[in-house]
Parts: sequence; C-alpha cells; structure tokens
Amino acid sequence: MSLFTVLLMGKSGSGKTSMRSIIFANYIARDTRRLGATIDVEHSHVRFLGNLVLNLWDCGGQDTFMENYFTSQRDNIFRNVEVLIYVFDVESRELEKDMHYYQSCLEAILQNSPDAKVFCLVHKMDLVQEDQRDLIFKEREEDLKRLSRPLSCTCFRTSIWDETLYKAWSSIVYQLIPNVQQLETNLRNFAQIIEADEVLLFERATFLVISHYQCKEQRDAHRFEKISNIIKQFKLSCSKLAASFQSMEVRNSNFAAFIDVFTSNTYVMVIMSDPSIPSAATLINIRNARKHFEKLERVDGPKHSLHMRMR
Amino acid sequence: MSTDEEYEEDELQALSETEGECEDGVLQFSDSLTGEVKPRILLMGLRRSGKSSIQKVVFHKMSPNETLFLESTNKICREDVSSSSFISFQIWDFPGQIDFFDPTFDYEIIFRGTGALIFVIDSQDDYVEALSRLHLTVTRAYTVNPDINFEVFIHKVDGLSDEHKIEKQRDIHKRANDDLNDAGLERIVLSFYLTSIYDHSIFEAFSKVAQKLIPQLPTLENLLNIFISNSGVEKAFLFDVVSKIYIATDSSPVDMQTYELSCDMIDVVMDISSIYGLANSEAALPYDKESTAIIHLNNSTVMYLREVTKFLAMVCFLPKDSFGRKGLIDYNFHCFRKAIEEVFDVRVKVQQNRKLLGQRRWSKLTAANTR
Repeated sequence: MSLFTVLLMGKSGSGKTSMRSIIFANYIARDTRRLGATIDVEHSHVRFLGNLVLNLWDCGGQDTFMENYFTSQRDNIFRNVEVLIYVFDVESRELEKDMHYYQSCLEAILQNSPDAKVFCLVHKMDLVQEDQRDLIFKEREEDLKRLSRPLSCTCFRTSIWDETLYKAWSSIVYQLIPNVQQLETNLRNFAQIIEADEVLLFERATFLVISHYQCKEQRDAHRFEKISNIIKQFKLSCSKLAASFQSMEVRNSNFAAFIDVFTSNTYVMVIMSDPSIPSAATLINIRNARKHFEKLERVDGPKHSLHMRMR
Repeated sequence: MSTDEEYEEDELQALSETEGECEDGVLQFSDSLTGEVKPRILLMGLRRSGKSSIQKVVFHKMSPNETLFLESTNKICREDVSSSSFISFQIWDFPGQIDFFDPTFDYEIIFRGTGALIFVIDSQDDYVEALSRLHLTVTRAYTVNPDINFEVFIHKVDGLSDEHKIEKQRDIHKRANDDLNDAGLERIVLSFYLTSIYDHSIFEAFSKVAQKLIPQLPTLENLLNIFISNSGVEKAFLFDVVSKIYIATDSSPVDMQTYELSCDMIDVVMDISSIYGLANSEAALPYDKESTAIIHLNNSTVMYLREVTKFLAMVCFLPKDSFGRKGLIDYNFHCFRKAIEEVFDVRVKVQQNRKLLGQRRWSKLTAANTR
C-alpha cells in the first residue's frame, strides 16, 4: 500500500480538527462548533482513491504538546512525511509564537523528511472584513515564504464557511495522485468521444476534484470548489434521511449535467451543452466508459505507484 | 359629501394599483374592499429580535452567517418581493421600537391592508417586554382590521435543545393567550412557530404563513392530489424557487425532512444551473422553461423537479418503479401545468373585471356629481 503521511499541524484552536472533519468526515461547517480541543496527537488513517492512504496526524496545538513534539517525539512524528500542512489562525494575537513553532516544524522536516511538500493555510479568513482579506493574506504569504527558505511553501487562504477550504485541499491532494497525467489523457478521450463540454472526476469520499477536462473556456473559474461544496452539502442532507444519492441529472434549455458513480473510488460529472442529446445516450456512454476506467485504476495498483514514488 | 370623497379615493387607489398588476402568468391575489392587490406581511418585534435577518435570508438568499453584519434598521423598510418571487407580498420591516402613539405613524392605513402580521420574539432573550409589546401590537391591529392573521415566530431557537424549545413555546403561548383573555379578547387567534435562520424552520414557518393568504390553496392542493394519485408519486410540493417557500402540497402529511431535502434539491439545481446553464446574454436566468432535475437516491426513491411557471417548481418524490413510467408522468405533468395556468388566468380575468367595474362606477360617479 502506498502510504503517504500527511502531517496536519498548527497552534491550538487554529481549526485543524474542524478542517479535517469537514473534508474527511463529512461534517458541515456548523457542526464543528461541537469539537473540543484535541488532546495530544490524534492519528487517523483515511483511505483515499483506493490505493492511497492519508496518514493524518492532527497534533493538539497546545503549548505543552508542541514542546513535546520538538523534543522527545520528533523523529517519530516527522519521519516519512510527504506533506506538511500547517494551519495559521489569521486572527491570532501571538504571531511571533506561531512563526516560532512553524520554524521548529520546518527544521524537523528538513532533518527527517527533506523532500516533503509544505503547505500553509491561512485559516478563518471569514473573520476578516471582506475588503481586507486580499491584503492580509498577501502580507502573511510573503512572511511565510520568506521564513520557509530553503524549503518552498505554497500558501492558501481558507475558511470553513466557503469554497476556499476545498480549493486548498483539492490542490494538495492533486499533487499526491501518482498517475494523474494518464488519468487526464483518458478523460480527454472520453469527453471528446461523447462530445461533452466538460468532464470532472471527483474522489468519492471527499468530492475533491482530482482531474478534469474542458473543451472551451468556462465562465466561472471557481466552479470546481463550488460544485464540490454543492454536492457535498447535498450528500449531507441526504444522510439526514439515512439515504445517499447515487446519481443526478440537471438540465435547462442551455445545458445538461450528469453526475454519477464512476469507478469504485470516483464520481464523474459530465456537462453537455447540447440539451437535445437524449439523456439515455449520455448515460449509456458513461456506463461504457466506467469499465475502461476501472481497468485503469486496477492496473495502476499499489506496486506501480510505489515504484513511481521511489524514482 | 365626505363619504363620497372617501369612496373616490378608494376607487382611485384601486385603479392605480390594479394598473400595474396584471403581468402574464403571475398570480395576484386577495383584493380587500379597498382594492389593494398585494396584501402585506408585516414583520414586527423588538429591536434586535431578528426581523431584517429573516427577510434577507428568506427572500434575498443571504447566508445566515452574513446577517451578523446587518445594521440596525432605523426606518420602515418596504420590500416588494413580487418581481422575483411568486409571493407578491410586501414585507414591511419595522425598526424595533415603534411608538403607536406617535401622530406621524399612521398605523391604521398600514394595518388595514395587511394580510398577516408576524411578530418576532427573540427566544434567547428575556421575553417579558416582547410579550407586552406583542399584546399592544395585536390589540391595536385587531381593532383596525380583525381579519389579520397573527403569527408569532419564536425565533433564534437554534441554540436550544428540543425540550427547551417546547417549553419556551408552551410558556410564551400561555402567557400571550392569558394576556388576551385578561383583556377580554379571546377571539384573537395567535399561531406560534419555532424558527431559526440557521436551519429550514424559518422557511417552513413562512410557507405556512404564506399559504394562509393564498385563496387558491384548495384548488392547488386538489390538482396536486390528482397528479400524484395518477402518476404513482408519493409526495409533491409546489415551491417558490427564490424563497423556497412551498405554497401548496398534496394532502398527505408533510415530513419536515422531506421538505428540507426538497429545499436542498432546489439549491443544487439553482447552483449548478447558475454555473453551467446561463446563456451568453446579459439577462440570462438559470431557471427557465426547460428546467428539470432527476435525483436517484440509494433507497429506491427518485426526486423529480419540473418547472411550472417562471417562479414555481414542482418537486416530487416517487419510488424507482413508478419512475420507470416516466412518459406517463410527464404527460400527467403537462396536464397539471396547463391546469395551473388556467387557475392563474381566472385570477387575471377577475382582476380585469374588477377594474372594469371600478371604472364604470367611477364614470357614473363623475356623471352624478356634474349634474
């Protein structure tokens, strides 16, 4: 099993557990109010895309734990890390302390897993007045990039109350998919054959967009996050009725959208701008493509991806 | 002479108001004697009880979290939601403290044309003052217009446990009715609703308030009953897509979760259509004549949405087997849609007749006066 370890770190109360709950455990933003402070380290295995396992270490951010990590637990926690995600609370009053801990993490990473990718999430952006958001984020991003040298970090601004959280996690996860090029090629062929305007591939559990094809400019640049969010919210609503949705078709006079289960780990969304093509035709095409993509997934099994990673 | 003058004024008012009312296919309703076409829903209550937030969330698609940034209302805001919504009500949002004794505040005229008065009580606060204001407001309004529906929203209940909610409702209900009984006004009926803008309860409550003001309700229900029994459908709602208020449903009992899921389905359809379904023109709308949606759930239920008018959609729930006969369902729906159009046409004709009648009376009056 290709085991990717993802470390999720940050000060106490910065929002890590909420984030994790929303992306992986299907919480809605409001439910996260119920979460208490994480004690010590919460460790969870999350299966993702079948042959990927995200090893989430949600480290309680309180001072005593933080000290602990950097001394006794250091090697244990920072070994074999593929991705470090560090969460900053944008409203924090202790910026210096935050940066200090961040740097300690980076040092530990440099020593134990120097190839790890580093992502910084400037979180709780909803608490900042809308007209201030860009400015504040830019400031933080500059500081973080500067502090992170020689490692490079990618920064995102996030909030659990809008689509920015998905966007950040989607980008992070996209970089973890071993055979993403091949997936995109196949998706393109599929889309062209069925004459679709756009085809999106979602990971089944989190509905993060992992691959897409579009044949022309689309109006809305933020649509992936929005669609992810929309479907996820709907999934949650269904679960209240102890049901889940299997497939969806939405149309008006300008388009037709089909969302359906695709492979054992993915969902597909097909957008047709010619609404005169009967639904049945598109649905059959999706069904036939399914078998092909399932085969692809099996071929790129664990051994294959592990091998790729070692190169 | 003075009664004649009053009569003239009323007729003029009726004429001018019916002038702009007859848009195609839009249902206008409830003319009272003064000829006003749009009944009012008043939102009243103490300061900070949540009135403006309710209005924004229900009719302007504001996210509940954004309402934290709304400023205090300092004058009467009159919102006309008829252009985008089926519900052609005027929502009057009052600032929290209204002085009924203020001579500049002509509450008589306001109450006379009102269909429903919603009094919002903040359940998280001490409600003694709210109750006394409720009593004052209701008694005043009743003397002017005994036909007003009095609706009390016990608001901001999102933080409370179920037991707590029921307890509060019982307490407020008892106290309000005791106050009325003490004043000898047992005739006044108050309806109570537990609401919050953070879940669907506010939409459900508004649905019920709106339904009471729709004279065509029995006809719409009847049509829905006929449709579902002939199509193998289990439940159908007629929704106003902008506000997600349902204006009619079939006679089977309404399950709150089914209603919520329907609201969520409308959200999904609107959102996806807004992303991919806008034509290239400037005035593109995501919701048009061909808007349709089908959602298959894993418990062999299918959700089916169809456009009925430019403001209304039908959302129905049916078992997968019934959906196999989609052709039949679509034909029945076609008949249903035509029937709805006819119901509206009747209304428009009634409107036009009234207007004609008014004009004739007016011309007779002027003729009488000139003699």
